[in-house]
Amino acid sequence: MQVAPPDFDRMFGALADATRRDIVRRAIDGEQGILELAGHYPMSFAAVQKHVAILERAGLVTKERIGRRKVVRANLEGVLMVRRLLDRYEELWRNRIGRMTDLLAETTTDQGKETHR
Amino acid sequence: MTVTAVRKDPDQLTLTLDAEFEATPERVWQLWADPRQLERWWGPPGYPATFTKHDLAPGSRVEYYMTTPEGETPRGYWEIVESEPPRYLNIRDGFANEDGTNNEEMPGPGVMNVTIAPVADGRTRMTIESIFPDTATMEQLLAMGQEEGLAEAVGQIDAILAEDTVAGASR
Repeated sequence: MQVAPPDFDRMFGALADATRRDIVRRAIDGEQGILELAGHYPMSFAAVQKHVAILERAGLVTKERIGRRKVVRANLEGVLMVRRLLDRYEELWRNRIGRMTDLLAETTTDQGKETHR
Repeated sequence: MTVTAVRKDPDQLTLTLDAEFEATPERVWQLWADPRQLERWWGPPGYPATFTKHDLAPGSRVEYYMTTPEGETPRGYWEIVESEPPRYLNIRDGFANEDGTNNEEMPGPGVMNVTIAPVADGRTRMTIESIFPDTATMEQLLAMGQEEGLAEAVGQIDAILAEDTVAGASR
């Protein structure tokens, strides 16, 4: 049985860049408007947006529109939460599949006595 | 152990499980197509599911409710987006109101892709891919009583074994 390891690669990959680490640090200190955030770095707005998108895909930050303002929030807890939810779903389906297996075994045992309808 | 592989993708909110059964694809399809069989595995012990409307034809709708130990009856629906017996099902799985209509105030729906395919030696592989639109949907589906503890699952297995004995004796 293979159980997927936590996706540390993507997270570590996202954090391997100094600018992205700095974005996460600022986002942990409090929500950051993406425009203000871009003002901190000697690069284009589009380049900062790209860094934020990488962090977002890694589940480390979330982007949210508040009125006309786009803000970036740290989501370290979010990664853990999603993982826990997926774990619980896995358990749910494992139990369902267990019950399916029992049902199938029942009909196999019954086949000598009657045909399954 | 019939679950042969599990894949989790937190970025895409997707869970995929492969399971193998000692049965034909047609027999495995029946677990979904026969509502009385479906009721025996969909809900965990203590949270039985009752399917009040059931048709797996493409475009049709399935309606069900769970009964919680507190006597509440949260409702759900499936929209059968695609269906190719006995090989493939694509279902949108959401919450319903008392009258069975989609509950727009609740999060969701999620998507379930069920793929059933024969493998070697008369066995069949079933792959379940569960895709969630957001974490709120995941929380709500779990809160609906589709979750269970290990102790309860063991209790259910005992009950099925006992039922088997009774069924065997009566035939």
